[in-house]
Amino acid sequence: MEKHELKVQKIKEGTVIDHIPAGHALSVLKILGITGREGFIVTIACNVPSKKYGKKDIVKIEGKELKVEEVNKIALIAPTATINIIKNYNVVEKYKISVPKEIVNILKCTNPSCITRSEREPITSKFKVISEKPVRLRCVFCNNILELEDIEKQVSEKY
Amino acid sequence: MRLKGRDVIEITDLTRDEIEYIFELANKMEKFAKSKCSLLKDKILALLFFEPSTRTKLSFEAAMLRLGGNVIGFSEPSTSSIAKGESLADTIRVVENYCDGIVIRHPLEGAAKLAAELSNVPVINAGSGALSHPTQALLDLYTIYREKGRIDGLNIALVGDLKYGRTVHSLAYALTYYDVNIYFVSPPELRMRREVIEDLTKANVRFKEYFEFKDDVLSNLDVLYVTRIQKERFPDPAEYQKVKNSYKITLDLLKKCKHDVVIMHPLPRVDEMDYQIDSMPNAKYFIQTYYGLLVRMALLYAILGDAPL
Ligand SMILES: [Zn+2]
Repeated sequence: MEKHELKVQKIKEGTVIDHIPAGHALSVLKILGITGREGFIVTIACNVPSKKYGKKDIVKIEGKELKVEEVNKIALIAPTATINIIKNYNVVEKYKISVPKEIVNILKCTNPSCITRSEREPITSKFKVISEKPVRLRCVFCNNILELEDIEKQVSEKY
Repeated sequence: MRLKGRDVIEITDLTRDEIEYIFELANKMEKFAKSKCSLLKDKILALLFFEPSTRTKLSFEAAMLRLGGNVIGFSEPSTSSIAKGESLADTIRVVENYCDGIVIRHPLEGAAKLAAELSNVPVINAGSGALSHPTQALLDLYTIYREKGRIDGLNIALVGDLKYGRTVHSLAYALTYYDVNIYFVSPPELRMRREVIEDLTKANVRFKEYFEFKDDVLSNLDVLYVTRIQKERFPDPAEYQKVKNSYKITLDLLKKCKHDVVIMHPLPRVDEMDYQIDSMPNAKYFIQTYYGLLVRMALLYAILGDAPL
């Protein structure tokens, strides 16, 4: 049994997000829109020893099965994460997250003269993923490229 | 080939075959370019210029009128409801009810794309932001094709402001469809944008960047595409003076080129070329505007016309 299992108890039903890069668990929750006020039990473990990555974060969400599209949004900051769907204390489904083809409404275009930056317009930002490792995005409207560092900066400022 | 109802936002929205279909149509438009026809009779084109550009607007207007159609619109946001704070989105949703097609010019990047997403009538981008100006790219390509008889196999230099000049960006993308050698010649401050360089590399286009004219490049050129270097781009006026002269096209410089090098310019120009060049057979920048009329007539007819020509 791995060491972290002693710190974070097994859950009966829900979702475990494992192998989150250390220190990013809170950002992951925020991207998923989980505030802690929803009522279900959320357990967060940060800087847990990991054989593969040295240190990692883990998030356990009880009573909520996250949908794939929902979870893939976290690929922006936690591309190494794995998802375990738990039913009756057993892992019934396990998968690595994958970067979605499009990122809608999460990030802001860094080009100040992009139409998506105009407050007057009823428009949501939209980016095409042009590379996954590292993640690079291209604004659908102005073609401006967001590099990983732009993405990380925005996510850490926003979340 | 069917282009009816299509939006043209980026030059890459068209395939090479579609571009060449438009060229064929443009050739056919020559007989209508000096007198009116009724190919687009009863059609209304809205010209929405959120940023002034007299030349482009006149060209679209003339193209539509020569085809027997009608135009509505505005030339500056200050004369429209935009000045009162109306969004682009609302303007589009109102104007689409009055017309069969929309031509839009806007200072913000992606504005034409947004307009196309909202509009039920086709949208043609007449320049938005610093990167896209597809109809200019079409007319530039058409000029090369008319003057050289081909585009494949040519050596083409893009000179001047390669950072802010939207025509050079669209033209560079248009050239990715062809087997050409491109030379970018600019001051280091105004070199070709990284995202364009990246896309050209991905498309396996052969290009090189230069910060000055090299004799061996000049002697190879088939096309010299010159753009204006704007004073406002330089914080230091002295720096501008220095830079301006090193990219000027002079008679001496032309002596180093092939005798039949084609000189193009998207206009307006200031003093980036010696005026004596105007009378040389190499100067194609005025006929370029005529080709622009033909290309815009062709594009409008392809998008709004009811039957193939
Ligand atoms: Zn953008």
